Amino acid sequence: MSDDFIIRIRNLKTAFGPHVVHEHLDLDIRRGEIIGIIGPSGCGKSVLLRAITGLKDFAEGSIEVFGERLEDLDDQERAEIEQRWGVMFQDGALFSNLTVRENVEVPMKEHTHLGPELRHELADMKILMAGLGPDACTKYPSDLSGGMRKRAALARALALDPELLFLDEPTAGLDPITAAGFDELIRSLQQALGLTVFLVTHDVDTLNAVCDRIAVLGDKHVLAVGTIDELRAFDHPWVQEYFCGPRGRAATGH
Amino acid sequence: MPDMKVPGFALEEGGEVIHLRLSGDWTVATIHLVDESLRDLDAGRPLRIDITGIGRIDTAGAFMIDRTLRAAPEGSAIEGTHAVAQHLLPQVHEVSEPVPPAPRPEHGFVALLDRTGRGFMDILSEVLATLAFLGETLVTTIRLLMNPFRMRWTSVVSVMEEAGLDAMPIIAFLSFFVGLVVAYIGATTLRDFDLQIYTVELIGYSMLREFGVVLTGIVLAGRTNSSFTAQIGTMKMRQEIDAMKTLGLKPMDVLVAPRIIAMVLMTPALAFVSTAAGIAGGIIVGWTSLDINPGVFIDRLQNNVPVDQFWVGMSKAPVFGFVVSLIACRQGLNVGGSVQSLGRSTTTSVVQALFAIIVLDAMFAIFYMEMGI
Repeated sequence: MSDDFIIRIRNLKTAFGPHVVHEHLDLDIRRGEIIGIIGPSGCGKSVLLRAITGLKDFAEGSIEVFGERLEDLDDQERAEIEQRWGVMFQDGALFSNLTVRENVEVPMKEHTHLGPELRHELADMKILMAGLGPDACTKYPSDLSGGMRKRAALARALALDPELLFLDEPTAGLDPITAAGFDELIRSLQQALGLTVFLVTHDVDTLNAVCDRIAVLGDKHVLAVGTIDELRAFDHPWVQEYFCGPRGRAATGH
Repeated sequence: MPDMKVPGFALEEGGEVIHLRLSGDWTVATIHLVDESLRDLDAGRPLRIDITGIGRIDTAGAFMIDRTLRAAPEGSAIEGTHAVAQHLLPQVHEVSEPVPPAPRPEHGFVALLDRTGRGFMDILSEVLATLAFLGETLVTTIRLLMNPFRMRWTSVVSVMEEAGLDAMPIIAFLSFFVGLVVAYIGATTLRDFDLQIYTVELIGYSMLREFGVVLTGIVLAGRTNSSFTAQIGTMKMRQEIDAMKTLGLKPMDVLVAPRIIAMVLMTPALAFVSTAAGIAGGIIVGWTSLDINPGVFIDRLQNNVPVDQFWVGMSKAPVFGFVVSLIACRQGLNVGGSVQSLGRSTTTSVVQALFAIIVLDAMFAIFYMEMGI
C-alpha cells in the first residue's frame, strides 16, 4: 500500500561526473513522521534532499513522492507536486532583494488566489509562527542574523501549508536555546499540521527531541533506519561512535 | 491538489448570540473565496463559531477563523469539535497579533526638497570618498613599488593577462571598424574638394590623438571595470574580504594595488594596438576605394603627421587605465550584503568609469591645445 509512504526511493544512483554519491539507495518515509537523515560530512545527505526535490538529476532508480514517480511527471504535474512540499535550505536562500514578508508572499502570489491584504496577514502570521518578531517583517535578509534568517526561511517553506517539509540543517549555527526552540517549533508544527518532515541534521539533540525515525547514510546507501534506541544497538563503527560517543551520550541521556 | 470543497459559512440567530456555522475546506487554496465576506461581517452580537462542519483545515484557514473571532464583539467563542482545528486554532491565535503597519514614505514638496538635499549631499560625499580612496591607493601603490618584494607579482601578471591581453582582440576589432568609418566619412567629404589624399592626415590625427586611446578606455570601462567590481564585490559579499583582514592581509595590497599596476602597464599596450588597428582600417579604405596605395599611405603618414600626436595619445592611456581600475576597486569594496547592492555597484562603477574617461579626455584636449601641441 503506497499511501502509507509519502516518499519511496528505490535503487537510487546519483553522481557528479565519475564521482558516485549514492548507489543502490533505498528509503521509505512514512506519512506523518519526522525522519532524521544523518551521516558523516560529505556522504550525500544534502544531495539526497536535492535529488528528491528535483534540484539534482539522478542517474538510475526511482523516486516516488505522494505516490507519483517523479521521473514520469510532466512539467504541469511536477509543479502541482512542488506546491505540496516546502524546502528550507541550509543558509536560508532568501531572496535578498525582497523583505522577509515579501519572501514569504512569493509562493502565495505564485500559487494561490489570495488577495494582497490577506496574503499580507498570512505572511505576517507565518513569520510570527516561525518565531520572529513583528518588526522582522519589513526587514531585508541582509539585516537579519543567521538564526533569524533560518526562521524566515522556515516561514517561507511553510507559506503554502505543505504536507511535506524538507529541512536542511535547521539548527546548525544556532545557539542551544534557540536550537531547542526550533526543535520544539518543528515538533508542534508537525503535530498540528500532520506534516511529514525530512530533516537533514548533525545535531544529536535535534534527533533526540523531534525525530520519530533516523536514517543513517554511509557507503553510498542507507546503512540503517530506525528509532534512536534501535540505532544505538546497531553494529556499525560510525553509528556506534555517533550515538555512544561523548556528545551522543550526553544528548540522549545514556 | 486533491479536490477541494468550497468553504462556506451560515449565520443562525440564537437569542443573545449568533451562531456562525462553518463548512467546506478551509485551506490556503480556498479561503480567498470567503475573505471579503468574513471581513465585512458585522454581527453586532457575540459570535459562536461552530467548527464541527469543517472539512480540511490548515493554518491559513485557522487564521481566517481566528481573525473573525478577534474582530467579533466581546464574548465571542469557538464551539463544536474538530480534531485538527481544535489543535490549530490556539496555536494560530498565539501568533496572529496584527502587525502594526510600517510608516508610509512621505510624498509632496517637503519630501522632494528632502530627496534633493540628500541627493546633493550624496554626490558630495561620493566625490570626497573617491578622493580619499585615490589617496589611499596612491600611498599603497607607491609603498609597494618602493618595496617590490612585497608586491604580488603573480596577481599583477594574471590581471595583465585577463584584463589586458584577453581584451586585445575586441579592442583591435572595434578600432579597425571605427578606422573604416572615419576614413569613409573623410573620403566622401574630401572628394568634393578633390582632396581625398588628406584622408591620411584625418586618420592619422584622429586615431593617434583621440580614437585609439578613447576606444580602449571605453572598452576597459565596459569589460574590465565591471569584472573587477563584480569580483571584489562578491568577495566582499561572501565575507572573504573580512577573512583577509583577520588573516593580516590588506585588501588594498592584495586586491587593489595589483589591479591598478597591471592596468597602468597594460592600457598603453592596448591603446597602441587599438591605434594600429584603426590606422589599418583607414589603409584598407584608402586602398580599396580611394586608390591610395598602402605604401603611399604610410609614407604620407610619416611625413605629414608629427610623432607628437602619437605621444599625446599614449600619454592618456596609463591615466585612463588607472582611473578605470580605481573606480572599479572602490565600487567593489562598496558592496554591501545583498545581491541588489552588487548590481547597483557594478552599474555605478561602469557609469562612473565612462564619465571619467570622457571628462578626462576633454581636459587633456584643452591642456594640450593650450600647450600648442
